Amino acid sequence: MEEIRDVVLEYVIEEYLEDEDEEISYETPLISGGIVDSFSMVSLKRFLEAKYKISIPDEKASPEAFDTVNSITALVKEITS
Amino acid sequence: MSFNEKIRAMYVEQIEGIKDAGIFKQERLIHSAQAADIEVEFPTGSSLKKVINMCANNYLGLSSHPEVVKAAHDGLDTRGYGMSSVRFICGTQDIHKELERKVTEFLGTEDTILFPSCMDANAGVFEAILTDEDVMISDRLVHASIIDGIRLCSAMHDTFKHSNMSHLEKKLQLHADKRLKVVITDGVFSMDGDTAKLDEMVALCEKYDAMLFVDDSHATGFIGKTGRGTHEKCGVFGKIDIITTTFGKALGGASGGCVSGRKELVELCRQKARPYLFSNTIAPVVVSGVLKVLDILSESTERRDKLEKNTAYWRKGLTEAGFVLKDGDTPIVPVMLFNAKLSQNISNDLYDEGIYAIGFFFPVVAKGQARIRTQISAGHEIHHLDKALDAFIKIGKKYDILSKTKQEIIEMYGL
Ligand SMILES: Cc1ncc(COP(=O)(O)O)c(C=O)c1O
Repeated sequence: MEEIRDVVLEYVIEEYLEDEDEEISYETPLISGGIVDSFSMVSLKRFLEAKYKISIPDEKASPEAFDTVNSITALVKEITS
Repeated sequence: MSFNEKIRAMYVEQIEGIKDAGIFKQERLIHSAQAADIEVEFPTGSSLKKVINMCANNYLGLSSHPEVVKAAHDGLDTRGYGMSSVRFICGTQDIHKELERKVTEFLGTEDTILFPSCMDANAGVFEAILTDEDVMISDRLVHASIIDGIRLCSAMHDTFKHSNMSHLEKKLQLHADKRLKVVITDGVFSMDGDTAKLDEMVALCEKYDAMLFVDDSHATGFIGKTGRGTHEKCGVFGKIDIITTTFGKALGGASGGCVSGRKELVELCRQKARPYLFSNTIAPVVVSGVLKVLDILSESTERRDKLEKNTAYWRKGLTEAGFVLKDGDTPIVPVMLFNAKLSQNISNDLYDEGIYAIGFFFPVVAKGQARIRTQISAGHEIHHLDKALDAFIKIGKKYDILSKTKQEIIEMYGL
């Protein structure tokens, strides 16, 4: 199975990076680093819900939980397990 | 609880933090009426300095126009000073309705409702017309007041990359299951001066059954052949579902705003929009002034034509001098400097040369995108623009940034 974190990373790059040469890693702060505004999180949430057939409760979809690819991955794993 | 020393210290620390970050804002006191030539006290306490204003939203030069001032005087004499009431109790005069009719006609919509400001129009409109079954899809660079309006609304919110139509289309597909979809954009973007692709957006909205919202605050009165706005320029006059705009910029520049569009949406705003229900509307004196402005603009396109010529002259001058500009053809002309400190230094040096133009940097624009935003007016004469150009060139030479590429400027000054 595709690694969840690679799926997330690829989506984040495609969805949020404006500049082709910008590089991010699993640990790059996305929201606190100004790459993703907390508003634009919703499309990531919808994407994950559709892709993994899960429902992420609003209280878990905090800016902290969505701040890095690794933390998003942990959240998805927690909900799917 | 009282405002004790501990509480005060906490706030002092917060304010110091803003100063340390270099983003502390200070007002400059203008002692004259708003115009191309103004007298400014800056720093506060220093003697007055005559400068050329290159950063007002006074696009049409109407802020202190004698006919507008006279109309305002007449309004004051015949309709008084204040209403002491919100609209639906006893705060609506005949001239408020007259202004709503005239704006409707000018913008080519079905109906219009006035708000105390465009900030209030944007803050109130979404909550009034959408519910949690709906989705708002906004350009990532829309104005802060739209963001606040979106926050106040229970509908889902998503964004698309700035002016990226294929990304917008993806989002329209992603949210196809929603009851109502509203695509949200500025007509002219206030920081970059670029224009939304309203023709393509109308086509996408028709394809996916979405409504289109446009904030035309930096366009109403001068963009398009007869100055009706971005929809006129893009050939989609009459096809925008919701337009918000301000009277605080080109249209006399005092204050006030409106929501203009489909009549059912405007009616819902009248029933439900909180800034309309719970705040006094535009004062009679201002309404009288705006009515005169619309008369002037409906009679002749002279002022917007002059603005267009001035803008072309200014863009050409800066380009030939070797500055890096943002592409576009609107009177918002950003001179790109990339480094925040550089933009502040150049702004200060320009001021010493008698040119008032402000540096913008993070968080107002993205990091590494610092700039001086110049704004052209029909109130400028060629001699104003020539003097400003001379000053820009002198200071540009001082910092050795003329005929340099973006990359070279960044190498010299960093991001
Ligand atoms: C795009 C945009 N919308 C709305 C506003 C707010 O206008 P007003 O001053 O009428 O509240 C502004 C002003 O800065 C603006 O630039």
